[in-house]
Amino acid sequence: MFFALFESSRAAFMSIFAHGLRSFLTTLGIVIGVASVIAVVSITQGMSVFIGDTFSSLGSNSLTIESYTPLEDQMKGIRARLTPDDLDIIERRIDGIASITPILYANRASQVRYGSQTAFSQIFGTTHAFQDVSQSYMKFGRFIAASDNDTRRRIVIIGDKVRENLSLPENPVNEFVEIGGEWLKIVGLLEPKGEIMGFSQDDMVLMPFSTMQSIQGNQARTDIQIQLSLTEQANIETVSQQLTSILRNAHGLDNEEDDDFTIQTSEQLMETFDTIISMVTIVVGGIVSISLLVGGIGIMNIMLVSVTERTREIGICKAIGAKRHHILMQFLIEALLLSLLGGLIGLAIGYGLGSLIASSIPGFPPAAIPLWSVVLALGFSGFVGVLFGILPAAKAANLDPIDALRYE
Amino acid sequence: MALIELKGITKYYEMGNQVVRALDGIDITVLRNDYLAFIGSSGSGKSTMLNILGCLDKPTTGQYHLNGKNVETLNQNELSEIRNLEIGFIFQSFNLLPRSTALSNVMQPLIYRNVPYAQRKKLALEALERVGLGDRTDHLPNQLSGGQRQRVAIARALVTQPSILLADEPTGNLDSKTTVEIMALFDALHKEGQTLIVVTHEDEIAQHCHRVVEMKDGRIASDSARASTTEVNR
Ligand SMILES: Nc1ncnc2c1ncn2[C@@H]1O[C@H](COP(=O)(O)OP(=O)(O)OP(=O)(O)O)[C@@H](O)[C@H]1O
Ligand SMILES: [Mg+2]
Repeated sequence: MFFALFESSRAAFMSIFAHGLRSFLTTLGIVIGVASVIAVVSITQGMSVFIGDTFSSLGSNSLTIESYTPLEDQMKGIRARLTPDDLDIIERRIDGIASITPILYANRASQVRYGSQTAFSQIFGTTHAFQDVSQSYMKFGRFIAASDNDTRRRIVIIGDKVRENLSLPENPVNEFVEIGGEWLKIVGLLEPKGEIMGFSQDDMVLMPFSTMQSIQGNQARTDIQIQLSLTEQANIETVSQQLTSILRNAHGLDNEEDDDFTIQTSEQLMETFDTIISMVTIVVGGIVSISLLVGGIGIMNIMLVSVTERTREIGICKAIGAKRHHILMQFLIEALLLSLLGGLIGLAIGYGLGSLIASSIPGFPPAAIPLWSVVLALGFSGFVGVLFGILPAAKAANLDPIDALRYE
Repeated sequence: MALIELKGITKYYEMGNQVVRALDGIDITVLRNDYLAFIGSSGSGKSTMLNILGCLDKPTTGQYHLNGKNVETLNQNELSEIRNLEIGFIFQSFNLLPRSTALSNVMQPLIYRNVPYAQRKKLALEALERVGLGDRTDHLPNQLSGGQRQRVAIARALVTQPSILLADEPTGNLDSKTTVEIMALFDALHKEGQTLIVVTHEDEIAQHCHRVVEMKDGRIASDSARASTTEVNR
């Protein structure tokens, strides 16, 4: 059996290389199919590895609470809010909080001006605790201090991207910028964090929470975001449950009403990303399997031509003693080798393409090919080869020797 | 015991509503070490006869015993095995594998017997040596002359040491000088005890053979062996 297999492979190899160009064209469908799978997989996998790394550096024990208004309520004009009072309650009643900080986003145009330059940025008010929660470090100057909030001091901390956009000096400390008609003094520059998937992490302007409130005109309708990080011992699930019940209580929600806030852990965020990535992978995989199918039909087509072309040879082999399985094996192995070869070429091209795309987009994570995708791609193309090789191979094996020998 | 025994063999081809009787009731016995020629006009059924003897084709009716085996009952795979073990076929058009060297062509039938590579090569070289082609082993068929190709084909037929060698107009595509050489080779093989059956319509070739069977319209018109026996009986 093994012997026959070896002999058939040798014959198959010979005939593949005897028709080099044709073999290549035949297998092009498989090449393209596998190349696109691998390109997509390598990019999305690179992305998901990178996202995984990024989030694990954020720490798995941080939580973000935001107000959440169901669409139905939005249309009635109701808006859910989180207030500084909610922050107080949480701070007082939940154990295991390492640090907690409010974030108040600027609700008007988020424009910053310095001299003649203006730039749009993410502007928000927060407290000194934000430094811990977000694990930010200073390049120059200092972070917001507790006393800044008490005195509503008109100061800002900026990210490196903002400094760049406003053409501020290398060390912008003690310069003044204008936000919403108010002049604020820069007291610190954050250490740059780089980008996640093309989004700069350094495009932000921070000011004391109370300063932001006063700039916004001390509206009663303040809606804040609360970020908190937990101590090592705290269980993120338990804390989420406690937070839910405390906030529901504070907002006077009865059992039938849904939460008017959402609690997001960094783990959930990562899961969301992962879900998106796997969906993309599945959709593209589906499209690509159609191209593999087409590739398989191409192989079948050429194999049928090849059987017809070699009818006489098959007749000769049968006349000198080849049995059905000898012929069947030779053609089946030829189809298998053809598609595996296509799979391998596709793998190389796909990886090259993936790396090229990944490296040509700045800040994009490098492509990565997991072993399963290699096994899958080769397995699938081999399967396609065998599946679509069976018909031609069976046709060859079933040829009547005398008819095959008479074939012109 | 007879090597080949045919009883009432017919081969009919249906062409539309017309039936072509390529073989129309053949009874013949071939003994070991016979050197037999089938002669007859074109279309008399010689090739059909030889294809059935070589188990390439199946008769419409009749019985065929080869080396004591009833060939009729065998399936395609078993027929392949018989062809491999018992029969060496030599064709007018050589029928070599075009993309294999002379050596590979001669080694080919041994693959189907699961002979290991080294052994195959040794046997094939011996067979090529035997037909006088020991120095052309690495040539492809299209790099060989017609006579050399036929020698390769003969070597391929001999390498399996078949009990019978069948040749359908083996020299039909060759010039007279090469024909003489090939026939000399056949004579030598016969002397070594080989059973040979040759289809031809050249008298010079038939003269080499010790038994000449003439065919006409799918029947045996005369058989030199039978003629002598009838004479004896008379
Ligand atoms: N596959 C076939 N289909 C129909 N008729 C066939 C087939 N093969 C042979 N015949 C017919 O059978 C008869 C005998 O043919 P065969 O080839 O045996 O003749 P032959 O004696 O070998 O002739 P030649 O000397 O020309 O080779 C012919 O009339 C031929 O037309
Ligand atoms: Mg003929």
